[in-house]
Amino acid sequence: MADAVYRRPPLVVFVASGFVVLWLIIAAFPFAWTVWGSFKVQADFFSRDTWWHALFGTNTTRLTGDAFTDAGYYGAWVITRFWRAALSTGIITVCVVVISLSFGTLGGYALARSTHPYRFVILIFALFFRAMPEVAVVSGYLYPFFVLNIWGYLPTAIIVLVALNQPFTLWMMYSFFQGIPRDLDESALVDGCTRFQAFRLAIVPVMWPGVITTGLFAFLLAYNDFTVTGLVLSENNQTMVPKIASYLGQIQSQGNVMYAVAAVVSVTIPIFLLVMFFQRYLVSGLTAGAVKG
Amino acid sequence: MTVQRTTLVSLMALLAAGPALAECGIDTAGSVRILSNDFEALRILNTAAEECASDQVTVTANASSEHKNIQVPALTANPAEYTVAMIANNSIVPLLGDDLIRPLDDLVAEYGQQLQPNQLIKIDGKIMAIAFMANGQHLVMRKDLLDQAGLEAPTSWEEVLTAAQAMRENGMETPLAASNGAGWDLAAEFVNMYLGTGAEFFEPGTATLAIDNEQGRQALQMMRDLTQYMAPDYASANADAISQLYRDGKVAMENNWGSLASSLIDPAQAQPEVVENTVFAAAPTIGGGTIPAAALWWDGFAIAKNISDEDAKASFRAMMHATRPEIATANADTAVWLIQGYQPGPAAVGVVGNATGGARPYPMVPWMGLLHETLGTELADFIQGKEDADKAIADVTAAYTAAAQQAGYLQ
Amino acid sequence: MPHSTFFRFMGPSLLAMLLFIALPIVSIVVQSLYIEHPQVLVTSETCQPFGGCTTTTTVDAAATAQLREEQPLGQFNALGTYMDRNHLAFAEIAEIFRTSEGPSDVLSRIYNLPLYKALAFTITYCLLVTPLALILGLLIALAVNTVPQLLKGPVIFFSLVPMLITPLVGALILYWMLNAEGILGATIQNLFNDPTLSTRTSAPLTWATLIAYGTWTNAPFSFIVFYAGLQAVPRDTLEAAMIDGASRLERIRYVVLPSLKPLILFVLLVQLMDNFRVFEPIISFNAAANATSLNYLIYSSLNTQTTQLFGSAAATSVITIGFIAVLIVPVLLRVARELSAVRT
Repeated sequence: MADAVYRRPPLVVFVASGFVVLWLIIAAFPFAWTVWGSFKVQADFFSRDTWWHALFGTNTTRLTGDAFTDAGYYGAWVITRFWRAALSTGIITVCVVVISLSFGTLGGYALARSTHPYRFVILIFALFFRAMPEVAVVSGYLYPFFVLNIWGYLPTAIIVLVALNQPFTLWMMYSFFQGIPRDLDESALVDGCTRFQAFRLAIVPVMWPGVITTGLFAFLLAYNDFTVTGLVLSENNQTMVPKIASYLGQIQSQGNVMYAVAAVVSVTIPIFLLVMFFQRYLVSGLTAGAVKG
Repeated sequence: MTVQRTTLVSLMALLAAGPALAECGIDTAGSVRILSNDFEALRILNTAAEECASDQVTVTANASSEHKNIQVPALTANPAEYTVAMIANNSIVPLLGDDLIRPLDDLVAEYGQQLQPNQLIKIDGKIMAIAFMANGQHLVMRKDLLDQAGLEAPTSWEEVLTAAQAMRENGMETPLAASNGAGWDLAAEFVNMYLGTGAEFFEPGTATLAIDNEQGRQALQMMRDLTQYMAPDYASANADAISQLYRDGKVAMENNWGSLASSLIDPAQAQPEVVENTVFAAAPTIGGGTIPAAALWWDGFAIAKNISDEDAKASFRAMMHATRPEIATANADTAVWLIQGYQPGPAAVGVVGNATGGARPYPMVPWMGLLHETLGTELADFIQGKEDADKAIADVTAAYTAAAQQAGYLQ
Repeated sequence: MPHSTFFRFMGPSLLAMLLFIALPIVSIVVQSLYIEHPQVLVTSETCQPFGGCTTTTTVDAAATAQLREEQPLGQFNALGTYMDRNHLAFAEIAEIFRTSEGPSDVLSRIYNLPLYKALAFTITYCLLVTPLALILGLLIALAVNTVPQLLKGPVIFFSLVPMLITPLVGALILYWMLNAEGILGATIQNLFNDPTLSTRTSAPLTWATLIAYGTWTNAPFSFIVFYAGLQAVPRDTLEAAMIDGASRLERIRYVVLPSLKPLILFVLLVQLMDNFRVFEPIISFNAAANATSLNYLIYSSLNTQTTQLFGSAAATSVITIGFIAVLIVPVLLRVARELSAVRT
């Protein structure tokens, strides 16, 4: 009888599968088109003549002799040294995730276990902090950073991103810890541990699913960020997204759009690996007390 | 034998090192820190300036598309984060207003022999910046399509309309394009047209808007008339979009930037018939006027105020090295240089035509940026035909006045 | 938990938020109450590469600097910036009500004011995209739950792609695909048999495109949250429902959805806040002619060519937070009720 709960009539399976296929096409098609187009020249992929050029590579064949070209990738990675931006992004994302999770985990634990009313005040304020438009906040940072001479350094960008990510991290970790029963650490307290020891011995072993999930969102925030890294870092240590933006050119000057397309495809690959690797933890993480109350 | 070899080697090393040091010749210590926009011409200059690095001189450059947002806080700090700011007609204004750049008269007198008189940007008698390149929008057209319709190259916007009508009758439904995308591009189109009528934007001596006149309506009407011959999504077109349209042969005539001109006839990007039959010319006139209806833009550099005099000296000399005549001749197709010895290439015809035709420069007054922003948002409804010229001008005036009052330019 | 322990745990987090969010917000609110000093203008001769030397008006930097030194914040304007034409425009609205001829005239004249135009689109976008993305995410999660285990990994990844692609370039590529000659644009034209149909020429079509794009990028977030929640639906309740003879639909309605309620509220909260701050699609789709948003107004104020209007941007930011507060209060109340009901 237990399995009957999960046995599905064929019609349901058919409809569900059809829906999934339809959704996958809608979700993945633009990206697939981009991957295909990243091996073409601009005259094909961005053609105002017809989209069949992008499919068959008419101009690519005319200009390079072959329907596929790696000019975009070569230009991005070698000529304009996209790998330096990738390195910056790597450093920043790892640091932001680690620091953000450390702060947020401790904070979320305190919020979940405290019984004082002021924790709600903190949570509500955190929510409104997140509501602030980023561009206004970051513009105000510039002058103090220049005066303190900390502008243009990776640690500055890291700390700013950690701070801006705290509200979301706090809320998610708060929710996860709410789902972990109090008895776990209460019994450790009764046994004579300090609060921090109780946290370390009783909670840390079971908090990983939640931490990994929150970590993924922190990672995405740092990886895809543009406002902060565009304004706080300089050209030689900028991250990937501002560098892609710089490929797009300006009003009065032309950029290298195909470099941007190739870079975007390159940028998505690590995320693919990450998601494939962590998707098991992702699911169980969101399950284990995910905002259950 | 070994001694001889060693001497020979060290002699050759000296000879090799000698010219490299002499190339830049900055014998004093200093730090050169450049902030510039992120496009090819400026990158070339940054690289050229970096050649001046030596034991005593350090050179760094930051080519960032956010430079307009970074420059004011960066140069306000003391010591300024950057010693050299690369600016244009519009981005120099906040630096002037906040007193962040220093007069260059002494430095020009001592090191600026290579400079031409028209490179000197003077405010109130003092040289505040050095210009090194010019830019502007000019007419780009397909000679073959004009010949097909039996037309001469148009020299006024009225002639452009006639030509467009003839091409439409010949089968090309939408022969024109313009970067009428709401925002910066749309405002630039209006600024071009209005400058062509010869009128002033503001009351002299004040920041009060003065476009509520016949010329303003004339400029608006011409912009609207031209849209009849454009593809229906013209209100979302920017310079990239119309360049791509032109390169794919979808458009016969358009007003486009001189800095994009070489990309329009680049065989690696444009269709063959476009490459062979494109002609550049100065921007057309409007309303029987005599000057091209286009704004002339210059790009140049300024030296920060909140830095040591040694840094200022080293920076100026590095920039002189970066903007020397050899750079202009070696990169003749990258930009329309104002540097001595520059020979305009085929892609520079339009901008040079604008300059010789007497086109007016983009106004360098502090409140022009506010007007530009306002025009970009308030003209969007007009250009799509949703409101008439009177309403558009009223909206622009109201929005601009509110913004100018906020910025302290109007009371 | 004693206060000292609480603050020791929360210390780093609170400090970071205080320094980098709370203080700037205070500074922004303060800034919104001030405008620049009246600048001292002076006529002088300016020489440019073209047009020779002309007489122009410039700002007397020294005199203005002195004014600024005396009063660095600027001229106190109280709520003047909030009420000027480029923001809440109370005077203009009063004028409109006084002099217009009927409700449609009132509406179109109010729509002409920049903040209200932006507000109209922002609210519409927020109130349409949030439920659409939520429902779509829920449906996808229910459907993906039926996929065989082996395929789940890749299916999950490809469902997440719209959320993962760098918004900047993702939107640009979609924009070009929607060109009249792009693959999507041409297909739409063929579908409706109208060669002049373009998604950019009218406000309704532009809004529809942006809303569709917003749903497409936001659905994956709802999907992943609901998908995880589905794994945790209590089996016993489901079995009990089956024994009682509930159909599939009834099981979803009476067992699955209630157990997902906290998640639904969470997603609703986050999405409402994020969708209200819509901004990147408007730039990438060059849609500013037909659709602007509050965040776009702030960006424009700060991205002008010459004078950054900090006071104006600050006022719009405060107004944005005000509206977000109004929007999420109902959801917050529900969340608070859930929190006090399920006390762990």
